[in-house]
Amino acid sequence: MIFNEEFETLPREALEALQLKRLQQVVQRVYHTVGFYKRAFDEAGVAPDDIRTLHDIRRLPFTVKQDLRDNYPFGLFTVPMSNIVRLHASSGTTGKPTVVGYTRRDIEIWSNLMARSFVAAGLTSNDVIHNAYGYGLFTGGLGAHYGAERLGASVIPMSGGSTKKQILILQDFGPTAICCTPSYALYLAEQGEEMGVDMRSLRLRVGILGAEPWSERMRQEIEDRLGIKALDIYGLSEIIGPGVAIECAEGRDGLHVFEDHFIVETINPVTGENVPYGEAGELVFTSLTKEAFPLIRYRTRDLSRLMEEPCKCGRTHIRMARVSGRSDDMLIIRGVNVFPSQIESVLLGIEGLEPHYQLIVDREGTLDTLEIQVEMSEDLFSDEIKTLQNIERRITKDVKDYLGVTAKVKLVGAKSLGRSEGKAQRVVDRREL
Amino acid sequence: MKVEQISVFLENKPGGLEHVTRVLADADINIRALSLADTSDFGILRLILNDIDSAEKALQGEGFTVRRSHVVAVEIPDRPGGMHSISKILAGQDINVEYAYAFVERSGENAIIIFRFDDIDRGIEVLLENGLTVLPGDKVYRL
Repeated sequence: MIFNEEFETLPREALEALQLKRLQQVVQRVYHTVGFYKRAFDEAGVAPDDIRTLHDIRRLPFTVKQDLRDNYPFGLFTVPMSNIVRLHASSGTTGKPTVVGYTRRDIEIWSNLMARSFVAAGLTSNDVIHNAYGYGLFTGGLGAHYGAERLGASVIPMSGGSTKKQILILQDFGPTAICCTPSYALYLAEQGEEMGVDMRSLRLRVGILGAEPWSERMRQEIEDRLGIKALDIYGLSEIIGPGVAIECAEGRDGLHVFEDHFIVETINPVTGENVPYGEAGELVFTSLTKEAFPLIRYRTRDLSRLMEEPCKCGRTHIRMARVSGRSDDMLIIRGVNVFPSQIESVLLGIEGLEPHYQLIVDREGTLDTLEIQVEMSEDLFSDEIKTLQNIERRITKDVKDYLGVTAKVKLVGAKSLGRSEGKAQRVVDRREL
Repeated sequence: MKVEQISVFLENKPGGLEHVTRVLADADINIRALSLADTSDFGILRLILNDIDSAEKALQGEGFTVRRSHVVAVEIPDRPGGMHSISKILAGQDINVEYAYAFVERSGENAIIIFRFDDIDRGIEVLLENGLTVLPGDKVYRL
């Protein structure tokens, strides 16, 4: 099932022609209405008329988070406040939040993209959607809500928190789909099981989960414990909110980016050069249709790769692989780019290993050193030294094979690496640069 | 014929051994035999105790990673050649020894050697076939 069949299955040539036309329009608009973009384009030596092919997008300068902070709160809006019908803000890990604005038409577009996402996930207007994304300044809650109403489904505006009540509603209202973060889905499963509820017997059949990266293993666990099909949704408030890309139920392999509304590129985060399809890189988005707050080549700091092979669902929009980590976590060790998330993948690939690790980067003389400290667990612990040493060796070998860096491995006591509420502190960089 | 032993993972930093032994002391547990094996990064402390269940609970409660395993206790007269005679028998039957540690009995007449075999059942079989004294767990815990 496809919501906007015509646009979602547009043949590539027509799609790209549409993208070019829209790109030319948005470039003209931002150049003439946003001081920041005029200066940025002038500095880069590019004029709106220079955009004659899609490839010319590479001549345009990037926009980064700092630019949004520098123009806080409304400096990048292209319309006056009287045309803005909604404001949202993202929490931001440091400093001021990022503010985004929407005109009435932007809300229409957004609702449409979310409706497309729900249909791609296998929902129809007959579904009852339990929306546990946070309502408020965060774009998740209202984004999903408007999309559900646009689809014509029945939405339960749960928002976050009140887990016991959520479980009661899941039982009594019998929603058939749930929207929340993957970790919250697991948390609900856990709490429900503790309450003695058979979570698999609920009427839930689909989960549209996002707002944080999650592994295939986590997907398996969520699907098993809740008895649902769990699909990944991607978005960020700077671009529009959730609804930038969605994993289709038929393919379950990569997320379709709605290319009639966004141009997606992948770049090498260090050099800024575009990388070919299939290669890992940082996701960069350009909004083609938003009125109030369009962004040109916004660097998301999310790592992924673009998959150009056609999808069995019939949509012609390109897919992006599930986000594998953040580019701003990147380390350079002896000249090799290393992302902590890559090391995490290697560790998770080894049976019995808990993903509790820490990377200690240091320098001995002129050479960088990398030590991976991995926590011991009951599953992993063997009475035999040779078994534990083999694990250390295996980790070193796999890290060398997959990442090209030689790391020393140290097994440390369970829970000795500390736990945090939010993101774990994965890297300790002792080098003084 | 099998003796239960508890192994504790120790990170290679000062205080590990002190912590474990403190936990056992506080739980009033008596150590019968002990062996500490080490690598450059970590150690495995192997213990035979008078109350393995309480010890496991107490140690897990303190955040230690523990594992129970089975070893074999062989009693031989305490004189030169004792260890060799056992090793000869085991080698002759291709029994692989992972590790071993030993202590002398209080009475002074015998020594007890703790063996961890690759194949514990075969190991016990061979020892018994050759007339060696294999001690049951209860006897070792109450030494």
